This record gives sequence, structure tokens and C-alpha cells, in this order.
Amino acid sequence: MSDINIFIKDRDGVSHNIKAPIDISINLMELIRLHELAEEGTLGICGGTAMCASCQCYIESSHPLPKMEAEEEAMLSEAFYVKENSRLSCQININAKLSGLSLEIAPE
Amino acid sequence: MIKTDIIIIGAGPTGLFTVFEAGLLKLKCHLIDTLPQAGGQCSEIYPKKPIYDIPGFPEILAGDLIKNLMEQCKQFKPGFTLGERAEDIIKKKDGTFVVTTNKGTKHQAPVVAIAGGLGSFEPKKPILDRLDFYEDKGVEYIIKEPEIYRGKKVVIAGGGDSALDWSIFLANINADITLVHRRNEFRGALDSVEKVRELKNKNKINVITPAEVTKISGRDKLESLTITSKNTETELLADHFIPLFGLSPRLGPIANWGLEVEKNAIKVDTFDYQTNIPGIFAIGDVNTYSGKLKLILCGFHEATLMCQSAHKIIHPDKKNVFRYTTVSGVNGFDGSRKEAKKPVIQSINN
Repeated sequence: MSDINIFIKDRDGVSHNIKAPIDISINLMELIRLHELAEEGTLGICGGTAMCASCQCYIESSHPLPKMEAEEEAMLSEAFYVKENSRLSCQININAKLSGLSLEIAPE
Repeated sequence: MIKTDIIIIGAGPTGLFTVFEAGLLKLKCHLIDTLPQAGGQCSEIYPKKPIYDIPGFPEILAGDLIKNLMEQCKQFKPGFTLGERAEDIIKKKDGTFVVTTNKGTKHQAPVVAIAGGLGSFEPKKPILDRLDFYEDKGVEYIIKEPEIYRGKKVVIAGGGDSALDWSIFLANINADITLVHRRNEFRGALDSVEKVRELKNKNKINVITPAEVTKISGRDKLESLTITSKNTETELLADHFIPLFGLSPRLGPIANWGLEVEKNAIKVDTFDYQTNIPGIFAIGDVNTYSGKLKLILCGFHEATLMCQSAHKIIHPDKKNVFRYTTVSGVNGFDGSRKEAKKPVIQSINN
């Protein structure tokens, strides 16, 4: 299976074109951490359980995303810098349909 | 001065298991943690979430794992300094370390084990103009002395368990509570939500949702807050404002202790997880080495090996004989003794 491209803007405003594997079942938060696009210990603090909002990102493209579960919605309602297009990156698994997805990592 | 054999900074799963392993070697431990309870992230962030990779437990809730670890280590009578942050460390001439907290509590030991996870938990602060000016002048992030709120006008913001639980607690000591949350739904435990609803119906808590605190006012201290709900602003008199938006970890003062730090983690030698300062170890999520995995089970392993070297430092003249607990049993510092039952050897044909 081939990789897809995902465009990620880090917290310093630098854009990265990342090759993301679609055959190992990882989510966007894990992809960001894998490529060390956020300072260690500042993103994915709860390990991906939708319990901390540290992996908040803004989805800049109109790709089909999984529906927001109640837990994610509740966590975002308490987070800061939340926008209409905010999502927790740990709740979005990478699949072929996300090819070309563009996102920005929200401030800490 | 609290004196012990090993000062453990961080009372998460790795720190708690260190107490047990040290106890087997007859070493006493004292734990320091910024949170008011033991358990670290497991208690603070995801107590109700299951963990599937603790050896011997196909599934265990994070909160239950902490309960079990507390049960397992209590026979070794650990000391706790909770709700305080380890602020600085000095090495004395006799080779021991003195660790002082932000509240001035001093601890002395020949060995320090940093088991601080991702760091000490600091409150997440709302984005409000001049917030820092009002800190400790009516704005508080952690409730230390509930009694100061008795009879006072208190506004709590947040939608999780802390916001709900403190609203209930303070309403019951006759504080005039207003709970403000951005949504109508709350994220906390069902019975807490129910209790807040009951108190609201009895006019003991004023609940404003969906709403946000958007401005703090007051000349020398907090006097009033502006609450914005559906584009309507209301000014509310307040003596205290307590935003409870969760906690975020920071390596904090440990970063200035002269330890080698890489990517917010402390570099260690994998022989015994000792740092670049002899006598100071770093175990669990707080450390880094080639191949490091931030897993609770790795923290347990690191704690176990670390205690062997700690024993050599604390008792350089004593030989440490490796023993299995199944064979030697466990002698608690509380006088308890656990051991395998002796087999019954009897003849059947006599």
C-alpha cells in the first residue's frame, strides 16, 4: 500500500509535506509526534484518549473526517484557541481518503 | 527536615512501584508530587480509562492500577508531600541531597529518584486581559483552603469533574457559587452532574451556560467579572474567580538542576537509569535513552534496576543478595509478613 501526503503547519508556522503510511493504523496526533513536529511533551499528553486537548489542530481542507464523538466535543469545549475547524488530531485515523489533507497544529 | 533513604519526585505509577522495590531492599521512600493525590496522570487525566498492557492484567482502569499500587506499597510505609512542587536541590558535604518544595518543605536523602512523568502539572489559564495581575488577588487555579470561600461570591469556570466537584463542595460550605461553562453539557461523572442540578434547583448554585468569563475588573483586586452568553454581556460581582480548565505538564524547576536534558526528558545511563549527577536517577516517562518507550511497564523495570544501585549508594558496605519474593516473602515496615504457605507433607498409607 502506498503512503499519502499530509500537509502540516507546525506551531512556528512552518509547513511540512509529510508522507503518511495508511497501512499501520495511526492517527494524525501520532503522525505529528512521529515526525517530531511539536516539542516533546506538549502534544498528545494523554496518549490519545481525548482527555487533554493538547493535540488540537485546525483542519484546513475539506476532507471527509470521522464524526466528532461526545468526548472530543466536550474536551474541545474546554480548550483554548478553539475555532470552527478545530479537531483533536488523536481522534482522526489516517486512511486513503485523507490524501492531501491540510492541517495546522493549534497553539499550546 | 524529612529524612529518608530515597526521595521520589512524582507519585505516579513508576514512583509508587519504586516504593515497593526499594522496600524489598529495606530502603525507605518519601514521595513529592504537585498534585494533591497520588497517581499522576492515571489519577488526574484518565482514571476511568482502561490500560491493556500492564503485565498480568488483561484490562485494568488507570485509577484501579493506582489503587493496587498504593495497596502494594503501603506495607513499606512511604511518606508523602502532596500538593507541593520540588523546587530546588542541593548536595551537602556528606553526599546527601536536600530537596526543597515551593512551600519550603525540606527532604534529605542519599538518593533522589525523579519519576516525574511529563513534568509537574500546572493549571491551564484562560485567555483574559490582565489575568496575571489578578492572580492571588481573587483569581486562583487551585483550591488550597476551602474555608476562605465560606460566605464569599465565587465564580467557577469549567465543565469537567473539578469544576463540578468544587462547586458542590463550596456550595455546601455556604459559598455563593456561580458555575460558568461554555456548553450546556458537562463532562463530569454522572452523579456530580446530578448533584449540581439538585443544588441549582434549590438555588444553592447559579449555573450559567453556554457562557464564558470574558473580562475581569477591579481596582486593586478582583471585584467583578463580565460573563458573555449568546452575545449578551452581564457583569457579576465576585470575590473569587476559579478557572478549572485542566492541567498541563511542565518539566519545571527540574530543568535547572544541572541535569542533562534532551527534548524535555532527562538523559540517563541504561545500566541503572542514573543521570549525569551521581545519586540522582530518572525513571519512567521523564527519562530518555536510545530506544526509550514511554510505557508504565518500562517505568516498573527501570525502578527495579534503579533500586539495586540506590542500595549500593545508601549501604556501600552491605551485600545485597538477590531474592525472589516467592521464596523470601515480603517483610513490611509495618510489621506485616507475607509468605508462601508451607506445603503439607503427610503420608497417606500409615
